[in-house]
Amino acid sequence: MGKQLEQRTIALGGNPNAGKTTLFNALTGSRQHVGNYPGVTVERIEGFVRHQDTEFHIIDLPGTYSLTAYSEDELVARDFLTEMKPEAVINIVDAANLERNLYLSVQLLELGVPVCIAMNMVDSAKSMGISIDTVKLSRLMQVPVVPTIARSGEGKEQVLDEVMKLASAGGNVNKFQISYGDDLDQVLIEMEKVIADGQFLDELYPGRWIGIKYLENDPDVVEKGEQQDPDLSKQLLAMVDKVSRHLETTLGTFPEALIADYRYGYIGAILKQGVIKREYPADRLLLTDRIDRVVTNRFFGPLLMLAIIYGLYQFVFTYSQVPIGWFAIFFEWLTDVVSSVLPDGLLKSMIVSGVIDGVGGVLGFVPLIMFMFFGIAILEDSGYFARVAYMLDRVFSIFGLHGNSVMPFIISGGIAGGCAVPGVMASRTLKSPREKLATMLTVPFMNCGAKLPIMALLVGAFFAEHQASMMMLITLIAWGGALLVAKFLRVTIISGPPTPFVMELPPYRLPTMRGLLIHTWERTWQYIKKAGTVILGISILLWAMMTFPGLSDSDKQVFIQQRQELKQTVPLSVVQEIERKAGGEPVTLSTEALSLRKKLVLIDNKEGEAGLRGSVAGRIGISLESVSRFAGFDWRTNIALVGGFAAKEVVVTTLGTAYSLGEVDPEAAVSLGDTLKRTPGWTPLLALSLILFTIFYAPCFVTIVAIVKESGSWKWGVFSMVFNTVLAFGIATLVYQIGSAVGFLGG
Amino acid sequence: MGRINMRQMKVNQKGRIASVKVAGELGRRIRDMGLTKGAEIRIQGRAPLYDPVALRVRGFTLSLRNSEADFIDVEIDD
Repeated sequence: MGKQLEQRTIALGGNPNAGKTTLFNALTGSRQHVGNYPGVTVERIEGFVRHQDTEFHIIDLPGTYSLTAYSEDELVARDFLTEMKPEAVINIVDAANLERNLYLSVQLLELGVPVCIAMNMVDSAKSMGISIDTVKLSRLMQVPVVPTIARSGEGKEQVLDEVMKLASAGGNVNKFQISYGDDLDQVLIEMEKVIADGQFLDELYPGRWIGIKYLENDPDVVEKGEQQDPDLSKQLLAMVDKVSRHLETTLGTFPEALIADYRYGYIGAILKQGVIKREYPADRLLLTDRIDRVVTNRFFGPLLMLAIIYGLYQFVFTYSQVPIGWFAIFFEWLTDVVSSVLPDGLLKSMIVSGVIDGVGGVLGFVPLIMFMFFGIAILEDSGYFARVAYMLDRVFSIFGLHGNSVMPFIISGGIAGGCAVPGVMASRTLKSPREKLATMLTVPFMNCGAKLPIMALLVGAFFAEHQASMMMLITLIAWGGALLVAKFLRVTIISGPPTPFVMELPPYRLPTMRGLLIHTWERTWQYIKKAGTVILGISILLWAMMTFPGLSDSDKQVFIQQRQELKQTVPLSVVQEIERKAGGEPVTLSTEALSLRKKLVLIDNKEGEAGLRGSVAGRIGISLESVSRFAGFDWRTNIALVGGFAAKEVVVTTLGTAYSLGEVDPEAAVSLGDTLKRTPGWTPLLALSLILFTIFYAPCFVTIVAIVKESGSWKWGVFSMVFNTVLAFGIATLVYQIGSAVGFLGG
Repeated sequence: MGRINMRQMKVNQKGRIASVKVAGELGRRIRDMGLTKGAEIRIQGRAPLYDPVALRVRGFTLSLRNSEADFIDVEIDD
């Protein structure tokens, strides 16, 4: 066998849109894994690449512009570098956007980690008339610089060579430091001495860096410092305070601002020494600018955006129908096989209704999620996503959301018929924590595909003359409600200033198919692995609630007796006719047999109703009646709504069972609608109350699991269940009570 | 030479950042993206609802809300 491979951990860092993921994919190929950093929802992507005799374990750090403590992404990147101490960091920079990209490089170097700069997209920079003297840059900054083209993989071997050299040097890097002007330099020297004498946080950070972070008022470092040595921390803060007051009076500025000025000043000074050569003036109109003139044009921009959003919606929900159909056929087949192999009874019922429906439920979402991630990845990688945020932010920021909140809303059913599961997952494109949380908590109000049959049933039965306008009204109520609730959440429990919008509008680029496919597959697989197990468990639990304790033997006996009595009223031949037909023989039933079968089905349905009524879910439904009657709901509606917690698809079917109609096909529930209309108490007002309740009440549990995964806490899953249900009940009750009092809609 | 607030700038107008008068997260974000004293900018455009604004700085395009641009003063020629 070959010799033992040496394992080394390295990190890959850089600005968003610098081609970081493309380089990561080029380096690791499919040898990668997506997970989460402990305790936060930031994605942790890692992979392996073998280079000569070394196996590199590469961590793809979140794309950031800086290393502050203001965002989870930046903290995670910083903590990884200081705590895990990778043996080298590949810092990818965009050659066409060097000035701002080097701002992060300077911070990485100050952190004292061994850095190798991958000067990426040198080809597209060249086509823009920009050429970079990498040798000179390397000499001036004292770091290895390798030109790369991540798309084609060019330069990746050389990058690994340099990383190898850095790692072999054992982290022994040149001390990099830049000047922050006389005032700050002076105080930094003093701080460094105090820090060194007190061995302050020295296992984590270099002394000068700690000083800079104190000057920048970095809450994370100051907190860590206070924990370790409160007195020394106070001493440092006093020094910061003194120099701050001095700067305020002499220059009218403060340390944090001055530090940023000097960092950019340092970069500017280096670039001016012949590192960048431009054939055209720097502010020349680029191709991207010309595209933007059309794409974000005041009149044409919104129209194009509508078309693209609608196109994405169609793509996700139309094309995914084909694989969803395959899954459905497969699970129907599986159900048939299991049904024919296993004897009737609890085991069969659990496997069919609990396990197969549960697994089917998990996998049924997979095509949707794949298509959603794929579609959004195209928009993100091409640069269009940032333009959507740019154009819509004015509207969404009114409600405490962000321009990019639009995608989760649309996918969840903002155009009726979406699904909140991929919708909640799409909220991960939002980088602003409060806006993201408010988005994922309100998207379940949209009218997803599973709510539509309920709406169709009620509108068809009670608002037959105004179907189209009623469906339009339902969509508007969902949007209005969601936005108002978002605003409400943002001024109450998710209050706080808006996260700064300050966003790059990256150049338009053609996405790479490889990047899209890896992105899509890794995230879909993560859903299957993580959400799958939870969903299967809850599915079995809900099955048990709708099944147990079931009918007692004596109750069952009553129905058996009814059937036997019924059969005795007709000649034996008629009974045999039905039995032969049930056995699969091609028999044409006589009128007597048809009439008998109809009566038998009625008894079956009565038994189904009684069974449901006696189950845990049924008892919950009955016990809730004393409360739910304020909104007009009887125990039958209650059971259906409890079932809707499993999946909204279940509501119509369960309502059918509760009204002794047997299993109702949700797509063709005309008979159920007629039954409801004939039932006393079912007025259009009650239908409206139920429609409103359906829009707003608890999301299905798959959505809840998605909220838990995306927010990183069960707290928000439980919140959306309780809050939404209370809100829905409040709205439904209000409408029903006022409507009843004034006699509105037959109430 | 005149000094105006970034919100007042017209599309295609050029200038140099004179001051960014905000601390904390917003100030940090603005400076991290290269809007530091002396940086040359040009207004690229405004969103269909006039907010946010897009501008060219240090060779790339940045967008920020008008409420964020309010903290930034710009020196303009003419």
